[in-house]
Amino acid sequence: MNLDFDKRRKLIIIFITIIVLIYIIRLFNLQVLDNDYKTWADSNAFLKKTLYPSRGVLYDRNGKLLVYNQPAYDVMVVMRETTAFDTLAFCKAVDITITYFRKRLAEIKNKFLNPGYSSYTPQTFISQLGNKEYGILQESIYKFPGFYIQNRTVRQYNYANAAHLLGYIAQADKQDITDDSYYVRGDHIGKTGIEKSYETYLRGEKGAEILLRDARGRIKGKFEDGMSDVAPVSGKDLTLSIDIDLQAYGEELMKNKLGSIIMIQPKSGEILCMVSSPTYDPSILVGRQFSDNFTELVKNPYTPLINRAMNGTYPPGSTFKPAQSLIFLQENIILPNTSYSCIGGFPIGGHPECHGHSSPLTLIPALGTSCNAYFCWGLKALLENKKYGSRDAAMDKWRDYMVAQGFGYPLGVDLPDEKRGLIPNSQFYGKIYKDRWNALTIISIAIGQGEILTSPLQICNLATTIANRGYFYPPHVVKEIKDVSLDSLYTQPRKTGIASPNYETVVEGMRLAVTGGTCRGANIPNIAVCGKTGTAENKGKDHSIFIAFAPKDDPQVAIAVLVENGGYGANNAVPIGRLMIQKAIKGEIPESDLELEQRIKNTVILRSVIQKN
Amino acid sequence: MLYRKINTWNNLDWWTIALYLTMIIVGWFSIYAASYDYDHVGMLEWSGRSGKQMVWMLTSLALGFLILMIESDWYDVFAFWIYFFIMTLLLITVFVATDIKGSRSWLIFGPVSLQPAEFAKFATALAVAKIMSAYRFNLLEWRNFIRLLGIIFLPMALILLQKETGSALVFLALFLVLYREGMSGFVIFSGFCAVLFFILSIRFGNVLWNNGTPLGEYVSLLFIIVVVLFLLYNDKKRKIQLNKYLLLAIAAIVFISLIVSFYVHTYKLTWVAISLIIVLIVYILFLFIKYRVKRYLLLLLFPFCSLTFLYSVNYVFNKLLEPHQKVRIEVALGLIDDPSGAGYNVNQSKIAIGSGGIFGKGYLNGTQTKLKYVPEQDTDFIFCTIGEEKGFMGSIFVLSLFLALVIRLIFLAERQKSTFYRTYGYGVAAIIFFHLAINIGMVTGITPVIGIPLPFFSYGGSSLWSFTILLFVFLRLDASRNSHL
Repeated sequence: MNLDFDKRRKLIIIFITIIVLIYIIRLFNLQVLDNDYKTWADSNAFLKKTLYPSRGVLYDRNGKLLVYNQPAYDVMVVMRETTAFDTLAFCKAVDITITYFRKRLAEIKNKFLNPGYSSYTPQTFISQLGNKEYGILQESIYKFPGFYIQNRTVRQYNYANAAHLLGYIAQADKQDITDDSYYVRGDHIGKTGIEKSYETYLRGEKGAEILLRDARGRIKGKFEDGMSDVAPVSGKDLTLSIDIDLQAYGEELMKNKLGSIIMIQPKSGEILCMVSSPTYDPSILVGRQFSDNFTELVKNPYTPLINRAMNGTYPPGSTFKPAQSLIFLQENIILPNTSYSCIGGFPIGGHPECHGHSSPLTLIPALGTSCNAYFCWGLKALLENKKYGSRDAAMDKWRDYMVAQGFGYPLGVDLPDEKRGLIPNSQFYGKIYKDRWNALTIISIAIGQGEILTSPLQICNLATTIANRGYFYPPHVVKEIKDVSLDSLYTQPRKTGIASPNYETVVEGMRLAVTGGTCRGANIPNIAVCGKTGTAENKGKDHSIFIAFAPKDDPQVAIAVLVENGGYGANNAVPIGRLMIQKAIKGEIPESDLELEQRIKNTVILRSVIQKN
Repeated sequence: MLYRKINTWNNLDWWTIALYLTMIIVGWFSIYAASYDYDHVGMLEWSGRSGKQMVWMLTSLALGFLILMIESDWYDVFAFWIYFFIMTLLLITVFVATDIKGSRSWLIFGPVSLQPAEFAKFATALAVAKIMSAYRFNLLEWRNFIRLLGIIFLPMALILLQKETGSALVFLALFLVLYREGMSGFVIFSGFCAVLFFILSIRFGNVLWNNGTPLGEYVSLLFIIVVVLFLLYNDKKRKIQLNKYLLLAIAAIVFISLIVSFYVHTYKLTWVAISLIIVLIVYILFLFIKYRVKRYLLLLLFPFCSLTFLYSVNYVFNKLLEPHQKVRIEVALGLIDDPSGAGYNVNQSKIAIGSGGIFGKGYLNGTQTKLKYVPEQDTDFIFCTIGEEKGFMGSIFVLSLFLALVIRLIFLAERQKSTFYRTYGYGVAAIIFFHLAINIGMVTGITPVIGIPLPFFSYGGSSLWSFTILLFVFLRLDASRNSHL
């Protein structure tokens, strides 16, 4: 054999082998080294479909269903996938006219009305289809390529009350999605109220199912017959401490007035009702009318979206006096029988003034008649007392007691954005008066005016601590989370550090106020109410305030009522408190009070505002 | 000639038969997997692809048996007749075939359609073997070489007219046979250079290097210089001392020009390379005048042709190629990246193969192929199913089968005493190898998407029949290798 031919044969075999080796290396690279192809294959073939859990439902303290979910059906359309179809049949199925159909299509495609429009993504054609239409469309949907029905759930409300408490849900915005990777675009999230503060319980856990999708985008069944699917976990149901009937009654009484009513069960800190007026029907912030109604609420000059009970802060006025008394007694600044004189007011500087009553008087009648001078003397005595070493130390001691009684900081209620109010300390005054101040400079804080700011919830909590003679549970609106125990914050009492005998003295004073003092209007037969009125001066007409608890020896309810611009405490807040206490304890309003009830309901106290447009 | 009666069955190469059977059976399972849908069709149902392929397989076996029964001399005698018959068929096809997906290569006889182009491979291999086995045939004679080129280019031209570029290119594989039989390696080398220049100028033509030097052009020019110098240096008959200095001088010039253009003054480096080539050409002319040896003139052909080719590639690319072929080449060379357009097929095929991992997803468990992401997955892209479901191991197995078959065929060809037998055997090996190289290269994204099937694996009657004929004719010839004394 020719040697050259032999060489050529070898060269050919080497050449072939090298090519095959190159291919093996290439395949090794593709199949073993490079993982991208596996990921791409998965994203090709697997359609991960999120399964949404049903959101937890809400019950009131008596087991009445307040908020639940109802299936809603949206008709979606992907314009790119639509082909010619029987438009008339479609319109018939969903019960719309041809004109409306054309109008909707035009609206969807209009970039001004629908800025996010893309012919590739699903667009909502009709939201919240009726049950009957859903049934008809479901059967014939295959005839309308590009259209499909998306199942969603929407919140449904059995009562038109407690909107502020319950809050609303809306689509998660950019911030929500950045803050918590759980959310993706289009998810819903609680925005206010319980829906927000209990979001993590209510939302449950999303599930996922893995579907196989072919090259044309058709679903070809479940991957591994659903072996790797994750079922969604439903949200936790909540039982609220709210009594929905009481809440509804409170809202009715507060109609056409601005203000709030809070009622707390002293022994547990459970909030029985939290009325903020004006309010709105929570069901208007659901579904497609959400944005229209929301804009309307935002524009309303009476700010119905604000929960005044915890997000509004006011000077507490005379309702602050029991808190003052307790500090004076605890610090031995006064004894129960210490008496101060009052000649039409606090004599030094002629301010604040006082109304006519006998003088001098001791603490109990001072509380009963709400004597301004008494508490000014008391505060002056405290701030000028040598035992503290300095004015500042005395001031800060006073502040610490106020904080211990629940003022100056958020109480920790299980609702979002609670306001802390303002209890000044020495540093605060040092700043504004450049350190040139004394007891007389700041004397108006003795009667709950001046710089003092509290939320209605905080003054209701004051009534709670007095009812409990020295402790409180942070107020809360959720009584029970299904299968989960409540946050220990709400199950451990917080002590005020003031001895209970001192409380007894103050209780007597508040009882006297009801039986023979400023809030005689709250004197209810058979129920020993202890109360304190307040009249908070502000830029406009005084706010009418009333705090109370009842019965005196076994308190079942503590209440705070605040009617903005309602004048003296006795004028509006006291009668509302009277009705609420009766409703809460007796369950009904006696016939003798029906006239009063009617009068309150008919009262309109709305400050004139300039309508903003 | 003397004859000796030989028992065909005893002398049959059963190794090749075993490889053949393994391939068609593995291929058949792959076709079932590739066409398997979630709305199952039974393996043997006529409506499914695997059912039909079973029919093709059984008829192929019958065909193979028939071929083995025919006397081996028959092929020798009728080689040209077969060639002319098939060429006529190809010509007819050009005119009568209906357009199927842009291709006009199918002849339809009632329920059966045939692609004459598939059978042209066998016919051409036979004709090439026949010519070369002629008494006192010398490949190095121009007349003979041109006759061979005619035999090879005729079916290519006819098939190109049918718009089946892929099938037409297969005939280039026969040049491997010519190389084995004595054709200058220079021809193969030229082909290699042509492809290299083409890729360099298309792929890197627009890549500007060092502010204005087209990278592809510069590298091609340097390549020409290196080859010319190698040829000069390798001239055993007249080794000239000067060559060594020339080599050093050129290397120095290239190096210095690089440094200067990078650090001192930027200019187009291609001018330096072209000047060097001109210097070399002048030098070779000088050598020719001095020694009067024809070799030097032939040597000049290389830089001339290379330069001509290099600078006409753009013209070829933009004017001669069909738009879809242009796009396919551009995608294969990575010039354009369009996974949803022209690159879709290759991209999906790479995804399917790449997602297989080492051991694959398991038979019938491939998601990419089941969900029809890979187009033509039971014909040209059948390897995807194997890659996805059987993984790297399966891929190696299939490649090994082919390597074993091709090397076995070369071994068988080499043991033939008759030139006709040997040449034909090499033709079979070359054609099968070319199919393998292009097909696997295509599905793994190395070569452009040239639609040719993977022998014995891809679905299709014409393809399986033609490869069976190709292979079994050689087996028949091999079985009677000892009959000629």
